[in-house]
Amino acid sequence: MVSVTNLTKTYGSVNALNGVNVQVKESELFGVIGPDGAGKSTLFRIILSLLLPDSGEVEVWGFDPVKDYRKIRQMVGYMPGKFSLYEDLSVEENLGFFATVFGTTIKENYHLIKDIYQQIEPFKTRPAGKLSGGMKQKLALSCALIHKPKLLVLDEPTTGVDAVSRSEFWEMLQKLKKQGITILVSTPYMDEASLCDRVALIQKGKILDVAAPSEVVAGFDGKLFGVSGGNMYHLINACKSFEGVESVFPFGEELHLTFKDRDDHSEALMEFLRGKGFDKLNIRLIRPNIEDRFMSLMSSESFHE
Amino acid sequence: MKQLWVFIKKESKHIFRDSRTLGVLFLMPLAQILIFGYVISTEIKDARIGVYNKANDYTSHQVTERLISSGYFKVVAYFSNKAEMETSLRRGNIQMAVVFPGDFGNLMQSSDGAPLQLVADASEANTAQMLVNYAQGIVNRYGWEKTGDIDQTTLPIQIDVRMFYNPSLKGVFMSVPGIMAMILILVSAMMTSISITREKEFGSMEVLLISPLKPWQIIVGKVAPYVLLSFVNAATILLVGILIFEVPMNGSWLLLGFINLIYILLSLSLGIFISTVANSQMVAMFISLFALMLPTILLSGFIYPIENMPDPLQWLSLLMPPRWYIQSVKDVMFKGAGFFVVWKELLIMISFLSAFMILSVKNFKIRLE
Repeated sequence: MVSVTNLTKTYGSVNALNGVNVQVKESELFGVIGPDGAGKSTLFRIILSLLLPDSGEVEVWGFDPVKDYRKIRQMVGYMPGKFSLYEDLSVEENLGFFATVFGTTIKENYHLIKDIYQQIEPFKTRPAGKLSGGMKQKLALSCALIHKPKLLVLDEPTTGVDAVSRSEFWEMLQKLKKQGITILVSTPYMDEASLCDRVALIQKGKILDVAAPSEVVAGFDGKLFGVSGGNMYHLINACKSFEGVESVFPFGEELHLTFKDRDDHSEALMEFLRGKGFDKLNIRLIRPNIEDRFMSLMSSESFHE
Repeated sequence: MKQLWVFIKKESKHIFRDSRTLGVLFLMPLAQILIFGYVISTEIKDARIGVYNKANDYTSHQVTERLISSGYFKVVAYFSNKAEMETSLRRGNIQMAVVFPGDFGNLMQSSDGAPLQLVADASEANTAQMLVNYAQGIVNRYGWEKTGDIDQTTLPIQIDVRMFYNPSLKGVFMSVPGIMAMILILVSAMMTSISITREKEFGSMEVLLISPLKPWQIIVGKVAPYVLLSFVNAATILLVGILIFEVPMNGSWLLLGFINLIYILLSLSLGIFISTVANSQMVAMFISLFALMLPTILLSGFIYPIENMPDPLQWLSLLMPPRWYIQSVKDVMFKGAGFFVVWKELLIMISFLSAFMILSVKNFKIRLE
């Protein structure tokens, strides 16, 4: 129900968005995944009618954010990347303010925010500025939801939030999706991508891939190996010096490694590394995840440039 | 309407919960008026005067005696010619000179009265004005006693006042409308521009833009609490001025209130305009300080008389809203002027107000860029 076609946007000489094409379906939890500065916020703001595109088409339930910005603003809920509620107002006052401004009351749509708001309700007289990161997030989400938007746009909602609150937050998004709200969410965390229905991988203003998380991973062709043992830094350098290695990325305790022909040369590599003095080596075949796919897409993208 | 009301309520909460800023807002005008008021002291005691007596008759000696016995004046020099007197004035040995013409006593009996000249060192404008006023009072009383004019309808002694070095004499009373002009423009313009740019900085403006609030609702909601706040400020300054410093209030309170309302709205619209061009609180503050406060002090006639400025600066001062405010407040308070005297100043201020309002609403961005 949100369709973006050939969208471009430049700030001075920087190409924030460069020919972006995205289709978001009704009642879908759609993730936009990419590193900082990839263009996620710019894309969202154009969809929300907060920024004007340089060229390209955007339609939100048939409305154009440039011409029909008033219509669009009535049907979206938005949670900006920065915490943007009033820190000197209490939890309750913030929610009440946004409810009234959006022409509704807390009572009317309480069922929508009940699950989320109940968790912060014990602190409803506390100033929003004195809440923890996770609670701020919940309050912001409540405020964005209070007028029952058709489209909920969340710009990096889990950045700076602890792991428990993050997983709770995603559970809430799943529930909201079931109520028929279309959700557009961005995140720099790859592990969150698998929680979306579909994701768009974005890098330097270009969409690298749009697919369901499982399909994205399936798009990873060839074999991926996990290499561990010894000093990481030296190990990376040693692996890179082996002819036939295409890419090496540190990933937790392991290195994720591919060979140029995407085949299995682990025995040869093992020999090579032993010769370099690494003795406690472990090389195993592993299943790629979204980040591996992203990394390989990114490197092939820069290879084309 | 409900949305506007909730916005105003929210804005008032911001103001009243920030107790430090609120304290500054209310104490600043009080401190200012007290400082200005006391720096420009109104007390006169043993002022140094000189006498240039061309008549040297009984009457002139009696007048001199009266001035001395009042306790306000002390004669430190007698002059025999004009040059001596001027040297003494220039050196600051005396603050005022009294000049009796020849044949002073006889002239007092004539129908035209006797001329008496008071020459004051007006480089200290306020003191000079005060000295002259006191001396005038004493001399007139003497004249009436002498001629037996109980009704005080004639002036047996014609006093001719000469102000040296600063003939335009701006001072004490000037400072109250001036301080009001400064405080109001500072509070109104700076506080509104900061409070709007704060929303931009915090990112909450993004959410407000997404909301169904219209630009005018955001602007009115922002401004409304400050109208009240500024009015309280204006009243504080006025009360202190009138009660403690005995600034005269001869005109209509209603008219004065109306002038203040227009000026406050004008300052607020300036603040909104500033916020549409500034993107951070810092920038908004600097624009308010340098673009508003300095011209208000320097070009509005608050401290430096407009008549003494070079022509280009005089033209520039026409564009300073505080100039018209100070002018009209002075007219109403000191001269007791009515609406038909100050309508021109009011009209000019209303034009400024409309211009800034139109510019602000036009300039208000419905998007982020």
